[in-house]
Amino acid sequence: MTMMATECLLELCEQRHELEDYQSGVPRWCTGCGDNAILAAVQRLCRDEGLRPEKTVFVSGIGCSSRFPHYMRTYGFHGIHGRALPVAEGVRLARPDLTVFVNTGDGDCCSIGAAHWIHAIRYNMNMTVFLHDNQIYGLTKMQASPTSPRGTKSNTTPRGSTLEALQPLSVTLGVQNVSFVAQAVDWIPESLFEIVKAAYHHQGFSFVRIVQRCPEWLPKVWDPWLHDPKRILMLDHPQGMQVSDGLKQVYKNQLAHDPSNLDRAREIASDTDRIPVGILYRNPEVPCYEELRATPGLRTTAKLKQGLEAELDKFTFWPQ
Amino acid sequence: MQTAQKTVTTLKEHVVEILSDSGEGAQRCGQTLGAIAARTGNGIWTVEIIPAEIRPPARSIAGASGNRIRIGSTRVSNGGDETDLVVAFNEQVLLGRVRAGELKPGCTILLENMWRSHGDAAIAAAYAETHARLVEAGYRVLEIPMEQACRALVSDPRRGKNMFALGMLCNLYSLELQLAREQIALTFGKKDAAVVAQNVKLLEAGHEWAEANLDFKYVIPAKPVTAPQVVINGNTAIALGVLASGMEICAMYPITPATSASHYLSDVFEKVGGIVHQAEDEIAACAFAIGASYAGKCAVTITSGPGYSLKQEAIGLAVMGEIPLVVVNVQRGGPSTGQPTKVEQGDLMAAIFGSHGDAPKVVMAPSTIEDCFYSIITARRIAETFNMVVVVLSDASLATSQQPFARPEFSESWVAPPVDQSAIPEGMKPYDWNEATGLARRFIPGQPNGMHTLTGLAHDRASHVAYDPEVNEESIHFRSLKLAALQKTLKTPPVFGGDSGDLLVVGWGSTQGAIEEAVATLRAEGRKVSSVHLRFLQPLPGGLKRIMQRFRRVMTIEGNWSDRPDDAIIDEDNRRYSALALLLRARTLVDVDCWSEVRGEPIKPGTIRRVLLDALKPKAKERAR
Repeated sequence: MTMMATECLLELCEQRHELEDYQSGVPRWCTGCGDNAILAAVQRLCRDEGLRPEKTVFVSGIGCSSRFPHYMRTYGFHGIHGRALPVAEGVRLARPDLTVFVNTGDGDCCSIGAAHWIHAIRYNMNMTVFLHDNQIYGLTKMQASPTSPRGTKSNTTPRGSTLEALQPLSVTLGVQNVSFVAQAVDWIPESLFEIVKAAYHHQGFSFVRIVQRCPEWLPKVWDPWLHDPKRILMLDHPQGMQVSDGLKQVYKNQLAHDPSNLDRAREIASDTDRIPVGILYRNPEVPCYEELRATPGLRTTAKLKQGLEAELDKFTFWPQ
Repeated sequence: MQTAQKTVTTLKEHVVEILSDSGEGAQRCGQTLGAIAARTGNGIWTVEIIPAEIRPPARSIAGASGNRIRIGSTRVSNGGDETDLVVAFNEQVLLGRVRAGELKPGCTILLENMWRSHGDAAIAAAYAETHARLVEAGYRVLEIPMEQACRALVSDPRRGKNMFALGMLCNLYSLELQLAREQIALTFGKKDAAVVAQNVKLLEAGHEWAEANLDFKYVIPAKPVTAPQVVINGNTAIALGVLASGMEICAMYPITPATSASHYLSDVFEKVGGIVHQAEDEIAACAFAIGASYAGKCAVTITSGPGYSLKQEAIGLAVMGEIPLVVVNVQRGGPSTGQPTKVEQGDLMAAIFGSHGDAPKVVMAPSTIEDCFYSIITARRIAETFNMVVVVLSDASLATSQQPFARPEFSESWVAPPVDQSAIPEGMKPYDWNEATGLARRFIPGQPNGMHTLTGLAHDRASHVAYDPEVNEESIHFRSLKLAALQKTLKTPPVFGGDSGDLLVVGWGSTQGAIEEAVATLRAEGRKVSSVHLRFLQPLPGGLKRIMQRFRRVMTIEGNWSDRPDDAIIDEDNRRYSALALLLRARTLVDVDCWSEVRGEPIKPGTIRRVLLDALKPKAKERAR
C-alpha cells in the first residue's frame, strides 16, 4: 500500500508542470503585438489546468497568429493557410484523448478558411479556437482583411478599403449548432485569461474572438477603445463570467447578460460602437460531432476480420 | 404454347448490352446477368453505361443507361470489342450506341415494340423510321412485345421489364433459371419476399416468352468455379480495401465517379469501428485526413480529378510534414469538369508532379478489380512505413466494371498497428533522417518527450523553422531519398509474351486486360509482340530499360492525350507524348513511342490490335534501307 501511495505521489509530482514546461523558444512577434498576451494567458491556462504537454495539440494555419504552436512546448501543427480547423477536426476525431486548441487569424479564419469556420461551428467538435483578430494581414505586410474597418488604408487599399467589415461574432452566432462564443481584448489580461479558461472548460466548439493589436501595421486602430474604457462593455453574469471588483472600477460599463440567451447575444454582438468583453453565448447541450459519430465497442482485429468476411460473403459465390 | 425450332450456337464469348432510359432498371438487369454468368463459371466483365444526368429526357439519344456484359468461356479481362447482342427498351437509346460505333455489324437487336403503335404519332413515326434504318443497315432487329407481356403481370411494366429481359437473356444464353432466381433473391433480399416473388415471376415470364418465340439460343461453355469468387466493381473493391487495410477514417467530398466507393464505405465502415466523414469541401477532406493521420491513424481521402486538383496544397503539406496519407483518385475525363462519368487516364502527371516545389509522393495504379482491393492495403503500408503520401490512381472504367476474382483471405499483416504511444528516447528528433534512406521515426501526439511543432515551413531535424541553405537542401534531399528506398524494394514487372521481339507495349492502369488480349491475339498470329504493365508509376521499378532494349520498338498505349504525328503542324520538336511515354523516355532514354485515345470509353482490344499491327509495319525510313 505504502509503495503504491508513494508511486502515486511520484506520478503526481511528475505531472505537476511549471510555466516553463509549456514555453518553447522566444516568440518572434513584434514588440507590443497582442499575440504575446494571448500566449501568456494560454500558457497560464495549461499550467493551472495541469495539461499534459504530450497530450495537448495546438493546430494553426498561416499568418502571425499561426506561429503560436511554435512557442508552446506541446505538440503543434503549423499547417497551411485557412485549413487549421479541418486539420484539428481530424486530430480530434482520431484521438478523443487529446486536448485540441486552434490558433487562427482574421485572414486565416474569416477569409481563406471561411468555409471551414462555418462548418466547424456546425460540427461542434470539442476544441478551443482562438481567433486572433487584428483586422489586418500582418505576415504578408499590410493588406486589408475581411475584418478591417471600412476605410482602412493598406497596401491593397491605398485609398481606403471600400467594404464594411465582417463581424466574426455575428457570423458565428448565426450558424446552426453554435455552442460557445466569447470575446476578449488583448489589453485586459485578467479577463482574457478568464475567458480562455471558460472556453477551455466548455465541451464543444469554443470560439473566442480576441481583439488583438498590431503595432506594426494598424497601431492606432484600437486607440479609441483603449483610451476610453467606457467603450468596453463588460458582460457580467453568474452563468457567464463574473467581472472582478478591480475591473469594475476601470470598466464602468457593465451589462448583466445571461449567456444562454442567443437572441440577446446576437444583439450584443452587433454593437460595433462598444466592444463587448465576456461570454456572449454558451449552450452545453449541443451534441459534439465526435460523440455523434463514435462507434460503439472496442475496435479489434478480430472484429475487423469478422466485418470484412461478412461483407465479402455478400459478394461471394461458392463452388457448387 | 408452341416451342420454336431452335438453332443452338456454341460461342467462345459474346458481348451483350441492355439499354433503357434512366430509371428503367437496365443496369440492374445487366449486373444480375453478369453475376449469374459468373456463378455459372463463365468469365465476365461488366461495364456500366451511364448518362451524365440523373434524369435525362425519356427516349433521348444521350440518355442511354444500361450495362454491357462480356461473357466468355474463360477469364475475361476487359470489356471487349463491339457488341454482339442488344436489348433496348426504346429505339432512341439504341441510336446513341449505333452512332458511337459500339455495335458490331449485323448485331442482334431485341427491341421493345410498344412504340410502333404509340398514341403520339411523332413517336410512332420515329420508331418506324429508326427500325427501318437499322434493318437497312444490316442489323438483325427482332421486335419484342416486352411491355405487353409484362402488363399481364404487373401494373407498371416500366418497373419490371428489366427482369423480363433478364429472363429472355437467361434463355438465350442457356443459363440456369434456378441460379437466376437465387441471384434475384440475393439482390432484392433486403426488400420483402413479395418483391422477390414479383421479380422471379417476371424473370420466368421472360424466359418462357423467349423459349416459345425465339428460334435461336447460345451456349457459352463454362468451367465451374473450384474456389470461392467475389463479384464486385472497382469502387467497392477500393472500399473493401480500406476496410481490410485497417484504416479507420475516410474523409471525402462527393464527386463522380469516386463517390460510390464512399457510399459503400459509409454503409459498412462503422460496423468495424471506422468513420466516413463527409467534409465541407475537397480541401477540408484532405486536411481532415491529414489531421487524423498526424494524430496516429493513417487516413484515406477518396476523390476524382477536380477534387484531386483542389487537394494539391494539402498534399504538399503532408509531404513536407512526412505524414502518411492515402489519396485515391478515381480518374475521369478532364480538364476542368470534363466528362464526369467517362474514363480517362489524364491525371498521371498531376499525381506525380502535383503540388508546388519538390513534393515526392508514391503513385500506384491498380489494373484490375482485384488490384483495386489489394492496392489500398499496399498503399496504407507504404504510407506508414515511409511516412509518405501514396496516391492510388483508379479510373471510371475500373470504378464501375465488375469482374470476379478469388475471394481474399484475410491476413493480420494487412492491418495498421495500434497507435504507437511509446516514449521518444532522449535526444531523438522528429526528423532524424537516416543518412542512407531518409527514413525517420514517426512522432505521434501522446508520445512522451516527442513534443514539437510540425510545420509546412522548411525545417531542420528538430522541426524548427529553418531558412538555412544547408538545412533546406538536406531536408529536400532526405524526403526524396525515401522514394529511392522504396524503389529498391520493387520488383521488375513481368513481361507478358516473349522476352524479346519486334514490339514492346507498356501500359498502366485499367488498360491491362485490353492490351494483353491484343498482344495474345497477335502472338497467336505469329507476331513478336509483348507487353509490360506498370503498377508503380512513382517510383518506377528497376529493370525496365533492360527489358526495352530487347525489343526493336517500344510504345505505350494510354487513355490520355498525345499529339497525332499525322497533323501537319506536329513534328518531333513540338509533339506532346502520352504521360507514361514521356516518363519512360526521360527515365530510360529509350525512344519510346505512344498511341492514345481520349474518347471517354475503355480502349478496346480490337483497337489496340490494329494500332500494334500498324506499329509493326516497317517505317518508311526502315523500308528504304
